[in-house]
Amino acid sequence: MRTMRFQPLSFLKHIFIWIAIAVIIFPPYVLVMNAFKDKQEFTQTSVFKMPNSFLNFDNFIDVLQRAHLDKAYMNTITIIVIAVIGNILLGTMVAFVLGRFDFKLKKAVMGAYIAVSFVPTITTQVATFTVINNLHLYNTIWASIVLHFGTNVLQIFIYLQFIRNIPKELDEAAMMEGASLFRIYRTIIFPLLTPATATIAIIKTIDIYNDMFIPYLYMPSRSLVVVSTSLMNFSSERSTEWELMSAAILMIMVPIVVLYLFFQKYVFAGIVSGAVK
Amino acid sequence: MINKLSYSKQKGILIISFLIVPLLLLCLFSLYPAVYLVYLSFMNWDGYSPVKTFAGFANYKDVFANKEIWQAFSHNFVYLGWGLLQNVGGLVFALMLNSKLRGRNGYRVMLFMPYIMNGVAVAYMFNYVFNSEYGSLNTLLHSVGLDSLAISWFGSPKIVNHVLGFITLWKFLGLNMVIYLAALQSVPSDIIEAARIDGASRMQTIFHVILPNMVRVIELNLFLTIIGTLEIFDLPFLLTKGGPLGASDTFLTKTVEMAFKFNNFGMASAMSLTLIAAVIVILSVQRLVTRRWSD
Repeated sequence: MRTMRFQPLSFLKHIFIWIAIAVIIFPPYVLVMNAFKDKQEFTQTSVFKMPNSFLNFDNFIDVLQRAHLDKAYMNTITIIVIAVIGNILLGTMVAFVLGRFDFKLKKAVMGAYIAVSFVPTITTQVATFTVINNLHLYNTIWASIVLHFGTNVLQIFIYLQFIRNIPKELDEAAMMEGASLFRIYRTIIFPLLTPATATIAIIKTIDIYNDMFIPYLYMPSRSLVVVSTSLMNFSSERSTEWELMSAAILMIMVPIVVLYLFFQKYVFAGIVSGAVK
Repeated sequence: MINKLSYSKQKGILIISFLIVPLLLLCLFSLYPAVYLVYLSFMNWDGYSPVKTFAGFANYKDVFANKEIWQAFSHNFVYLGWGLLQNVGGLVFALMLNSKLRGRNGYRVMLFMPYIMNGVAVAYMFNYVFNSEYGSLNTLLHSVGLDSLAISWFGSPKIVNHVLGFITLWKFLGLNMVIYLAALQSVPSDIIEAARIDGASRMQTIFHVILPNMVRVIELNLFLTIIGTLEIFDLPFLLTKGGPLGASDTFLTKTVEMAFKFNNFGMASAMSLTLIAAVIVILSVQRLVTRRWSD
């Protein structure tokens, strides 16, 4: 039987980590304490004090209506669904071609994806803006969709790692039976890439949900608000009403945190395989 | 029908049909804008009029002559300082979590959480932390008697960038940590054990065995941090609007302002390219330094 021994070093580690966690938790903790208070309660009690009731959802209902959050959630989900489908289809297609075939411009295609990943996206928006404008996508939901639709170097890397691990014998066996290359992609490669697809879908969902710059720049119309821009609009009108703002911030913040807690395995897989590659 | 085609023909058709849409999108929204940006930087253009006039290097001259822009750029280096601290912190926490620590998975989940939070929500959340009158930080400081520390965090030109830099550390430390942790776990354990058997202390093992095996990942993390700090935009944009009196402007808030507020797209393009050039220069220097260190 192992005896429990007091280990000063791991005790110190725990202390250090708990200090860090306290610093991380402090700002959202204050939001939670105040989002459930009404105006009077908020002005009369300390910001650290528990609300009278955690069942007072008035602020949340208020925010939902005044910040048009229902519209914001709908628009955000629409963009995410269409763009993620695009990422998965185009990402698997590019990775299939790059991972299975040799052809002249193979290096150039990979090189192009790597090269653009080095150009900071915000800096090219001045030029991207004119492209979006000329395609008549300005102030439509399609602006955000098309800008997120194409695959990127991270996704291609993740898919390529998986494709290399799918034995070529599977392809060859299918070819012996006369399957077309497209059929091999659709019935063998694509299904076997499912774990990578899950990772990419989660990472991209977080990306799009948190994107502020593209909707702010290309979708200024009130009916096209997404979560980030609805919070910006709400803040410019009501930044002094803290109990309302606390509720609004939580309503934007919490969905993606919940998603993360459920799918942390895929989130970490995506972050790590993108980085260590 | 397609089954009747030979595989080499099929291959050609498949490559073209699978690549055409992705490459079209890449060209339209990534490559073309990059090239167009270079073109625009030599033009005078207000963003919507059909006429662009050739400006030569005038935009670049204006960028380099403009003191405000370089003042703003110097603020990016405050973020860089916090970014380096964030890397050290990320590495230290990764080393802690790489040992047999109880609850380490839960710790990792907690420390990484800020990274996935919505940036706009995080920015406004910290508005309520650092607000000078009602902010939770000053309330806390007053309640423990440290009244002299309860200053106007966003109002002081000397402090404001450090406050924003701290928020970036809060948000991105977990990202660095997770990447370092993955790298630590891929350092072969036998070389660590060999060093311990040879009598190396804990610290010696870290500095002489573990870290040299992680040079590429340290390089990558610094790369991400440097790009991130040069590209800082959303926090000053959302929290301070560059204030007080431009004290928290960054290179990108100036660039975006130049394009979309002053409608000077030529100059904004020249600024963007200057920033890209700065990224390339700094990364080359970093590569040189880390390569020398690893040899």
